[in-house]
Amino acid sequence: MTEGLTKRFGHVTAVDHLSLAVREGEVYGFLGPNGSGKTTTLRMLCGILVPTEGRGAVLGYDILRQPEQIKAAIGYMSQRFSLYDDLTTWENLTFYATVYGVSRRERAGRLAQMIRLADLTGQESKLAGQLSGGYRQRLALGCALAHAPRLLFLDEPTAGVDPVSRRNFWAIVRRLADEGITIMVTTHYMDEAEHCDRLGFIYQGRLIVEGPPATIKTTAFRKPVLEVSAPDVRKTADLLERWEAVEEIVRVGDRLRVILGDEALASADLVAWLEGQGVAARAERVPPSVEDLFVSFVDRERKARLREQLRAVGG
Amino acid sequence: MTRLLGIVQKEFIHLRRDALALTLALFVPVAMLFIFGYAINTDVKHIPTVVWDQSGDVEAARLLEAFANSQYFDLKFRVRSFAEVTRFVDRGQAKVGIVIPPDFASRLASRQDPAIQVIVDASDPTVASSAINAASALGQARSLQILAQTIGAGSVRAAPPLDVRVRAWYNPDLLSAFFIVPGLVGALLMQTTVTVMAAAIVRERERGTLEALIVSPIRRWELMLGKIVPNLLVAYGQMTLALAVAHYVFGVPIRGSLVLLYLLSLVFMMGTLGLGIFVSTLSRTIPQALQLSFLTVLPSIYLSGLLFPLEGMPEPAQWLAALLPLTYYLKIIRGIVLKGVGVNHLWMEILPLVLFGAVIFTLSVLRFRKSLD
Repeated sequence: MTEGLTKRFGHVTAVDHLSLAVREGEVYGFLGPNGSGKTTTLRMLCGILVPTEGRGAVLGYDILRQPEQIKAAIGYMSQRFSLYDDLTTWENLTFYATVYGVSRRERAGRLAQMIRLADLTGQESKLAGQLSGGYRQRLALGCALAHAPRLLFLDEPTAGVDPVSRRNFWAIVRRLADEGITIMVTTHYMDEAEHCDRLGFIYQGRLIVEGPPATIKTTAFRKPVLEVSAPDVRKTADLLERWEAVEEIVRVGDRLRVILGDEALASADLVAWLEGQGVAARAERVPPSVEDLFVSFVDRERKARLREQLRAVGG
Repeated sequence: MTRLLGIVQKEFIHLRRDALALTLALFVPVAMLFIFGYAINTDVKHIPTVVWDQSGDVEAARLLEAFANSQYFDLKFRVRSFAEVTRFVDRGQAKVGIVIPPDFASRLASRQDPAIQVIVDASDPTVASSAINAASALGQARSLQILAQTIGAGSVRAAPPLDVRVRAWYNPDLLSAFFIVPGLVGALLMQTTVTVMAAAIVRERERGTLEALIVSPIRRWELMLGKIVPNLLVAYGQMTLALAVAHYVFGVPIRGSLVLLYLLSLVFMMGTLGLGIFVSTLSRTIPQALQLSFLTVLPSIYLSGLLFPLEGMPEPAQWLAALLPLTYYLKIIRGIVLKGVGVNHLWMEILPLVLFGAVIFTLSVLRFRKSLD
């Protein structure tokens, strides 16, 4: 969908030659830490921000020349939910439907469908301001869908919503995808990334890796991830910090999650090394989570950049 | 068109839900009119008065009776020296002092100039102007009566008029309800349109709904117009109510064409709504928008000639006044309401207003567009 998309704000390059393609009918997860360029990319794709460089097309419309067609064809839900608190559920839906030019005749049927889809039955005449977080989130989704778009952009749709509502929300997103709607979703909840068909990682305005979650885990990420338990977790962590084979240590509850830099190493190697330091520990290899992936990719990217800079300086 | 109507409809729901704001928008101006209208009512009656009657004869007594009967003056104190008059006025126990010369009756009889002195404490301009007007009127009325008596006695020589000399001790500022009430309508119109417009846009920004509207296919002009139309209707409602109060309560005559007034008000409001949009581009939160609106409206209130006549202001202030749309609108509304002038006498006010409206509106809309990116 995009090719060499770049946006600079003054000297700051928010999005740096980004090229990505989202397939029809898939759920594409767009991941990255805050300030990595996710929202800027979305805004360019929505036709509200003009790229400094590069090209892009959304649903066959050129983002430079046909932004109005794009706006009419897509649905957009922002993390702030964009609801009018002093309007009822029904009025919010009606308003967004009219703004998107849904005719009066089509509207009633369309809205009833939205109420069902977003599981808002019984909430129609409540003011949006009185709805709980989960309902607000689904109402915002309903508003974004009021004109039956073929492509849906969700910008951090689950921010600040309780886990149960998040699960419900993802179930609805899945259902929409099954109906053939293409969905591009940004999130920084790594566990949510697993709901996506494909993932794209963006860091400092660059796409650093792309692919289905499972493929990324098995092929792009071969480093062993170990879960380590020991009597004294802190001391163990301090010790492991000094072992050059360790790339990353994260403390999860009373355990350690350790990523080793060398593919050839196994859990036994770690246990043996710790024994050599006088610590008895147990270690078990676990599948890498998206979070592990991300952390390691970011590091790899950072190192690569550093190397690049050094080369440039050294001539 | 559907999209535009959608915005308009939504704005009306906002208005309906926020009943307090709507009530305030409509009735605060009326309340303001009442407060201002009565506060500036020049008809202040029963002003405490000190009298030094040096003549003590019948003619003087009759004159004083007329002063008392007018109900403007309460002849509370009688004294025997000018120093005492001064003391009463200085202390504020009396606002007016009347001094009648010793030879009042004889001068009147011999048709010399029978001057009496009325001293007015003008530190309160409203009381002062009321006292001055009443005293002057009384003097005129009395001299006419005396003249008629003289004629009735068969004389052909006109009697010298009774000369009431009014001395304002401090600088009196003359205000009149007719002057101020129509002007107030203009000021209120400006205040509401700027504030409501700015708040309506900033509210969307604050809630994050502006973001959703930008992503939607709605055009900027549709969004603007959709917000302007309900705002205009409220402003017109407010104006109608205020004019009705001005007319029926304060007796302000409406001599000119209301249609013309409403049309020219639209030109004026183009500029003020533009100002509101401008304010909205500078504000992130509603309180900021309200404060900025207030700051925008304030110079207009003081410099436009609403409270103080333009002619009395120092030159730099007059230049500034020439840049304010309200200055021109006040001339228009006063011209139409009080003098009943038509469009042919108002071109010098209409042209700058159109110019301001166009410039401010265009600039604001351009700035608004930029602020969205």
